[in-house]
Amino acid sequence: MKINLALAQINTRLGDVEANLEKHLALIKEARGRGADLLVFPELSLTGYVLQDLAPTVAHSATADDPIFRPLLEASHELDLAVGFVEEDRRHRFFIAAAYLSQGQVVHVHQKVYLPTYGLFDEGRFFAWGDSICAFDTRFGRLGILICEDFWHVSPPYLLWLDGADLFLFMSASPGRGLSTDPRLESARWVERINQAYASVFTSFVAHANRCGYEDGLNFWGGSTVFDPNGGLLARGAYFQEDLVMTEIDLNQLHRTRARLPLLRDERTALVQREIGRILGGQSRCST
Amino acid sequence: MFDLSINPELTQTILTGFIRSELTRVGYTRAVVALSGGLDSAVTCFLAAQALGAENVLAVRMPYKTSSADSLEHAQLVIEATGVQSLTIPISGMADPLLEQIPQAGPVRRGNIMARLRMIVIYDQSEAFHGLVVGTGNKTEILLGYTTLFGDAACALNPLGDLYKTQVRQLAKDIGVPSPIIDKPPSADLWLGQTDEGELGFTYAEVDQLLYLLIDQRYSPGECVEAGFAEDFVRKVVDRVRRSHFKRIMPPIAKLSNRTVGYDFLYLRDWGT
Repeated sequence: MKINLALAQINTRLGDVEANLEKHLALIKEARGRGADLLVFPELSLTGYVLQDLAPTVAHSATADDPIFRPLLEASHELDLAVGFVEEDRRHRFFIAAAYLSQGQVVHVHQKVYLPTYGLFDEGRFFAWGDSICAFDTRFGRLGILICEDFWHVSPPYLLWLDGADLFLFMSASPGRGLSTDPRLESARWVERINQAYASVFTSFVAHANRCGYEDGLNFWGGSTVFDPNGGLLARGAYFQEDLVMTEIDLNQLHRTRARLPLLRDERTALVQREIGRILGGQSRCST
Repeated sequence: MFDLSINPELTQTILTGFIRSELTRVGYTRAVVALSGGLDSAVTCFLAAQALGAENVLAVRMPYKTSSADSLEHAQLVIEATGVQSLTIPISGMADPLLEQIPQAGPVRRGNIMARLRMIVIYDQSEAFHGLVVGTGNKTEILLGYTTLFGDAACALNPLGDLYKTQVRQLAKDIGVPSPIIDKPPSADLWLGQTDEGELGFTYAEVDQLLYLLIDQRYSPGECVEAGFAEDFVRKVVDRVRRSHFKRIMPPIAKLSNRTVGYDFLYLRDWGT
């Protein structure tokens, strides 16, 4: 099975959800016109990134009667969508979230688990952290979504892998930093390296949608990528510019790669569970 | 020696994008730059011209009567090389009536007055030209506080503020700044024969290395000494960074209410754009 995957590498207007929705709908139309089956937007694509005190004012719920999600759900009859937004739950907690929409339905919502609150980041001050990492079924097989810092930690991609995800959708608003003589920023090199590593060690597809543009002095570097289950680069978006990255992915590559390299088959999950239980249970030494 | 070299193409991509984004998102297409004839304002002028088109940049020369003749000439080299619009507004006629009233004022007071008069002129040109003031301060002078508050430090946006002086010099070579500007000793040109390095008491090459360890690499002062820097030099620089911090932040507001600007009223300047 082949699917046309598209990454919407966009700039956003900070705190202007209506304007960002318009841009989403325009990109959806363009991607559909170019034959896309699935279009992935970056982290917080409907709101912008450094929201601070704007967070509660831009929050929505991924429901059919929400004025922002209604047109997106309508559009999802044409192609599947992953969009980034601020979610307000019933208890009025605010999450950095991503919704997967298909055939007019909200298939899955992921709430960002790891909120960076160090260095230039202050997410933990403004947002609640998600407490679950689940893969979900789609018409293209089983997928998983993570948001930026989630995949800087190794455990969330690993959990998605064990939960059956063969295509990882990573959504970022990654501020560029770390200037040297290299033609890429340190942050860009780091993210590309680990995405390629995840594709390789999990023998899976890894698609990373990163935004571009500026918010005050922060730059967002774009450079969205898709890696195949061999760790090969299938597509890369322009750096620092808006781009609609289109690539065809052949899901049969999973069959071919895993026939050659059965890392998933050989993964000793019971051992992992036992050892994590031991480590977290406070036993410092192995019993053997 | 620690390598502070940068990739000049990548730097230009980010900085020209920054200038374009931060101007256009608030409805501007033009910029004004105070062009001194020195390195930082030359690089800023080149970047602004690249970002916005030369016709959308106004370079303003603001000599005082004791300013070196080289400064005007070097600024002219930049104006010709970039093709930006230009204007020369001498500040002597504004500065002298005030300076005559305070004959006892030393070089620091006199220098501050000139820097602040230039700020008045450049902000007036900002309004007249409908362009935002692009600042020229670099990371070294910002960290050392080697700048006049509300004078040369005043600007709408600051593209060079995260580049050390030695990195600005590297960028200057790549971006096409004429070599006489790159080769001459840096000077605020506030009085005859003044050089930055003479006034600071150390060279940019030395202090950039030290600041890189202290700030970027988070070395403790003790670790900097272990790395080979003289203890009194380290102490002097650390003290300078601390004492000048007031120049790098907004004036503190005394908190009284439940929501106070600066503490719990937090928005980026780019809010809504």
